Amino acid sequence: MGRAKIPRKSTNIDMTAMCDVAFLLLSFFILATKQKPPEAVTVAAPTSVSSKAAPEKSILITLTKEGKVFLMLGEDTKKKEIIEDINTTRALGLTPGELSKLNKMSFIGMPLGKLKALVNLAEALPPDRLEGIPIRDSANNELVYWLRSVTNAYAGTDQTKLQEILLVKGDAEALYPDFKSIKAAFKKNELFKFKIVTNSESAPVGSELYNVNKLGTKATEVK
Amino acid sequence: MAEMDTSSGGGHKKGPGVKKPKKLSTRVDLTPMVDLGFLLITFFVFTTTMSKPTAMNMNEPKDDPDQQLKVKNSGAMTILLGKDNQVYYYMGELTADGASEQFKSSSLKEIRQVILDKKKATPMGDLMYIIKADTQSKFGNAIDILDEMQINTIPPGHYAEVDINEVEQMLIQKTEEANGIK
Repeated sequence: MGRAKIPRKSTNIDMTAMCDVAFLLLSFFILATKQKPPEAVTVAAPTSVSSKAAPEKSILITLTKEGKVFLMLGEDTKKKEIIEDINTTRALGLTPGELSKLNKMSFIGMPLGKLKALVNLAEALPPDRLEGIPIRDSANNELVYWLRSVTNAYAGTDQTKLQEILLVKGDAEALYPDFKSIKAAFKKNELFKFKIVTNSESAPVGSELYNVNKLGTKATEVK
Repeated sequence: MAEMDTSSGGGHKKGPGVKKPKKLSTRVDLTPMVDLGFLLITFFVFTTTMSKPTAMNMNEPKDDPDQQLKVKNSGAMTILLGKDNQVYYYMGELTADGASEQFKSSSLKEIRQVILDKKKATPMGDLMYIIKADTQSKFGNAIDILDEMQINTIPPGHYAEVDINEVEQMLIQKTEEANGIK
């Protein structure tokens, strides 16, 4: 008996439409998004209703939930000055070659005593091996020394500019005493204004801030 | 899969003696182009961010004992932060006897109404919120309370973060034990 012949239809699909959609999506993403700045470690920041955008070039202090602190020194010319300053003030004994290697690293994540060893490592340490800058011991809060070098590097320039770029980004689950140590480091260096990076959140409906924003009235400006 | 048929249609009449050139089919397959498009999209999805991170301003007071602010008891509200997102508050100053009644528990959601009620009931000159966080509270909680200040449009001179003292620490512990350390 003959096998039943299934009539075959052609399965050529015209993909031009799919191609158009793909390029439309691509154009959207290219135009509507910005590059993420390289981060030392991913941190889940808390949300806040602040609407001011965080500055792009910044001196960023990152606090993870384990209490590790990482420091990103921002702009290159000042970064070099800051590293050289801390080398002399804390007598780290780094050679110019090691200084330039340290300058190339995108963030500082080890205690001062271990920087020399870190710079001479052949390959980079994985993030969980990094100890962070020690801050818990109030007698040896190394962030104080780093911030002192920062103020030295920025001395003589407009201090409000420095205030604009000092950023702290903390994980929402980080413990408050660690944040307090960071604040203490700022205070010891007479830096009384800084900013905290948060994820944006819209003002809750019905709240005072929501009403103020809606009416556009200039209530006492909450900075 | 995808094809573009760029060969010209047939149907020309054969002229007498004209040599008909051999027409080759020029079908272009668009699949690799679509693949490339999606690869680029994926790259941009993973390396960029749509939302700009926002920054909250912090003003630290100078620790000058001469300039300690005198706060009226009637206008003061102290907000305390404990572990596990616990929030406690009391109005004015804690007295030795009345502490257990004055000290109240709350949550991050309810505190907003309490803050707002206090703001409406107090003249702005006397209003002061004192924020204290204990050693087991989280950074996120402190930011949430500072955020509540902004949400309720409390002007910057009327709230401050201060160190917690032992009496309050003990009260928090007692309340946590009573509530089964929620």
